[in-house]
Amino acid sequence: MNAQQNGTKTSRPSEAQVNKPQEATVLDRYEPVIGLEVHCQLKTKTKLFCGCSTSFGAMPNHNTCPICLGHPGVLPVLNAEVVNFAIRFAMAVDADIHEISVFARKQYFYPDLPKGYQITQFDLPYCTGGKMVLASGKAVRLMRAHIEEDAGKNVHGDESSYVDLNRAGVPLIEIVSEADIRNPEDAADYLKRLRSLVRSLDICDGNLEEGSFRCDANISIRPRGREQFGTRCEIKNLNSFRNIERAIKYEILRQADVLDQGQKVLQQTMLFDAASGKTQPMRTKEESHDYRYFPEPDLLPLRIDAARIEEQRKVLPELPEAMARRFQEQHALSNYDAAVLTSDKDLANFYEAVVKRVAGAVTEKIVANWVTSEYLREANNRSWDFINPPITSDHFGELMELIGKGVISGRIAKTLFEEMAEKGPGNGPNAMVQDQGLVQVSDTSEIRSVIDKVLDANPGQLAEYLGGRDKLFGFFVGQTMKISGGKMNPQLVNDVLKELLDARRKG
Amino acid sequence: MTANLTVKSIVDLVRSGKQTPTQLAAAYLDRTRSIAQKLNSHLHLDEAAALSEALAAEKRIHEIGAHRLPLAGVPVLVKDNICVRGSKTTCGSKILENYVATYDATVIKRLREAGAFVLGKLNMDEFAMGSSNENSAFGPVRNPWNLNYVPGGSSGGSAASVAARLAPVALGSDTGGSIRQPASFCGIVGLKPTYGTVSRFGLVAFGSSLDQIGPLTTTVEDAALVMDVLAGLDASDSTSVQHPQSDFARGLSENPDALKGMTVGIPEEFFESGLDSEVGACLERAIADVQRAGAKIKRVRLPNISYSVAAYYVIATAEASANLARFDGIRYGYRTKEAGLGLKDLYRKTRSEGFGQEVKQRIMLGTFVLSSGYYDAFYSKANKVRELISRDFDAVFDSGVDLILTPTSPTPPFKLGEKLSDPLAMYLSDICTIGVNLAGLPAISVPCGRTKAGLPVGMQLIAPKFNEQTLLNGAHAYERATEWHKDQPAI
Repeated sequence: MNAQQNGTKTSRPSEAQVNKPQEATVLDRYEPVIGLEVHCQLKTKTKLFCGCSTSFGAMPNHNTCPICLGHPGVLPVLNAEVVNFAIRFAMAVDADIHEISVFARKQYFYPDLPKGYQITQFDLPYCTGGKMVLASGKAVRLMRAHIEEDAGKNVHGDESSYVDLNRAGVPLIEIVSEADIRNPEDAADYLKRLRSLVRSLDICDGNLEEGSFRCDANISIRPRGREQFGTRCEIKNLNSFRNIERAIKYEILRQADVLDQGQKVLQQTMLFDAASGKTQPMRTKEESHDYRYFPEPDLLPLRIDAARIEEQRKVLPELPEAMARRFQEQHALSNYDAAVLTSDKDLANFYEAVVKRVAGAVTEKIVANWVTSEYLREANNRSWDFINPPITSDHFGELMELIGKGVISGRIAKTLFEEMAEKGPGNGPNAMVQDQGLVQVSDTSEIRSVIDKVLDANPGQLAEYLGGRDKLFGFFVGQTMKISGGKMNPQLVNDVLKELLDARRKG
Repeated sequence: MTANLTVKSIVDLVRSGKQTPTQLAAAYLDRTRSIAQKLNSHLHLDEAAALSEALAAEKRIHEIGAHRLPLAGVPVLVKDNICVRGSKTTCGSKILENYVATYDATVIKRLREAGAFVLGKLNMDEFAMGSSNENSAFGPVRNPWNLNYVPGGSSGGSAASVAARLAPVALGSDTGGSIRQPASFCGIVGLKPTYGTVSRFGLVAFGSSLDQIGPLTTTVEDAALVMDVLAGLDASDSTSVQHPQSDFARGLSENPDALKGMTVGIPEEFFESGLDSEVGACLERAIADVQRAGAKIKRVRLPNISYSVAAYYVIATAEASANLARFDGIRYGYRTKEAGLGLKDLYRKTRSEGFGQEVKQRIMLGTFVLSSGYYDAFYSKANKVRELISRDFDAVFDSGVDLILTPTSPTPPFKLGEKLSDPLAMYLSDICTIGVNLAGLPAISVPCGRTKAGLPVGMQLIAPKFNEQTLLNGAHAYERATEWHKDQPAI
């Protein structure tokens, strides 16, 4: 059900003062019950009922035609590709796909809704059931998913409001979970997994900021041990995973506070304000719309037969869970590494491209360590897109090869990677190593002469070491590396130093 | 000249080179200038646009050849709820008073492809809601047989124009009788095709599950010729289908005495109470004529038909309440002149000022029957009744009946203003036609007599779904056996 604001002033029920009770004590006493509704914009080329482009960021009202503008006399024609995408989703979550489903009109007036009704599915959605399994092992059951059209956007200026209908008619699937989630962390995990899934399926780009993946949360709390659900509130306008978790946490505390004061939670729709971190009432149950749903007479019931489902099964890509299992086996990775790498289809592809590129020069485990730690950290900090990251799998693979072949040390590699992230990869790590003279020194005679100088320059420490203070070995390694600017092969430095010190002990 | 032309004769004239589309357009425009004003039949008579349309048809005829264009050079008048790109499409409503259509309806494209051209746009009851054409925001249409009488509705402009020979054919739309009842009131032929036969793309929706576009003509043969062009699957209308029959006009000529051997069912419900005695007398004579033409007459029953008006006014208004929601003053159409209103007031004012009384009444009724708590009692129940009525018709046809014969309207044309204060009486004007829309069947109204006052009376024939051929054949055989279609109003 689509997020839409009322645009009119609503009398705000007196909000209980939130005293910020400790989350832990609240959760000791109350159990949150959370259900999530997610709207996924499907990335078909054209809209749900007309041939207009779905591309994001066009000039306002550029991607429109008489049909999505709701001109008199137009009729919707269902985009078959949308149904194919929707079938893929249903298969991926093991939902029941219904042979017959029915489109319905959901009626309300708002300027971003050109026809005065949204074409959606109501009592007969195309699929019901299915589940998502969380990191905690908990399975969240899905209630249903249905196909519907998106609304446009109202843009409010200083004196006037404007309507941009580029988004009107863009296909969505709304995915509704059962109220199976019991804490904010699981809610966030559910959403991350769902996003990862729809991205793997290549049916939605999962972009929260651009609104192609939107979430509303239904939250109630009940005293621990009680079976009956409390009164729920719906929170809208959740546009990042962080805000989703914040909003749910805040709402739990708010409801606990209301109950602790002996009052009743009102069933209402809340808006989350990211700036204040608070949820604010938008409308109460009494103010909620009567949408007057009825079957859409301009469309025939949607028929999905077994043959069509089988056709889609053939083009179903590898799903995150299966991919994680394969990563563990094929790349000899831990459960954790496999899960992190396959949490995003494009990250997984990046990893596999690097592994292919290095062709055994370093182990797959080392590549995994680098991708999950160094690479992911920079990627997150700098909001890289895994499909076209500034550091390509080729350059990253080159870096891994340099480590594997002993050309540079891991430490140098880290410095180099940070430099690439900061300034861009230029001509690639090989060229950078050459240009900056970072090639690791593996010439034992050169290493030997530097170590001799270090030992001669520190007679006091040498005497102590020879006297039995073995700990000073590290001191000599450090001095040697410092003089070489970190470029000497650390293993060789260790070996040669040991040899020379042993000789002096004997000597 | 135009007074005796038909679609058929025009095509013949154009093919033989005796007339060109521009000559025909000029002749019809001449006649229209003197008559349309009396009838108030035309909303937009843009002579320059009509002539440029005629010129385009001429060009097409020149390029493709008149013999390959089934409607070569035929001028067509169009009810103002069908979109013609670049021309106003008002639906007889103030709310669309200045709305210019941005695209062509599928039927307009098909007509042009067939060599026909658009001559003008016609008055109608606002959003096709009405049975007398008195609900137009642009004044009522008058009956060419007597200007004090209504022409019927909602395609009143279409029926009056064709009866007055302002064009050989006009397009109308029929949701509950809006083609057939005015055809009957004006003494011409009006066909409502099987639901799905003619694309609705570009027809401003009233009751989406009931609406069909169809032709109003002076002969059954002309209706067949036009249907040959209108019928067909359209990818832009998901409810359209490929009609299993084709070449209706040839079917007519191959079977001129089609009534011979047919069984014609007479539903007793339509001949019981409430039927005007003059209409009753015309129908009795028509039944005798049908029998004389070789048909077997069988008395039949449609037990649930008495619920059709009630079911119709739930389903049609429910759909209309949603279909008319888009007229909100935001993107196009009328917007209240009052400044500084909040959003809700902007909607309220715009729609209160823009819609007429009957339309507002039906929107409110439709909104009510879909409201939470009332849906099952009204909308669901009406759909069950619809199913029962549909089965009643099936049962009659399954019992060996080829066509069902009824009056088109229980009364002859009435005077302007006569039923305005009695909406129920007005709604009952459609009692004979509404069941056909609920069941999605094809039906035709043909002239079958005149009252003592000289006003036309029509007979309705109904066929099973997708059996337009039998319908047209039967109507054609009746027409051949009678003279009523030859009468013209003395306007």
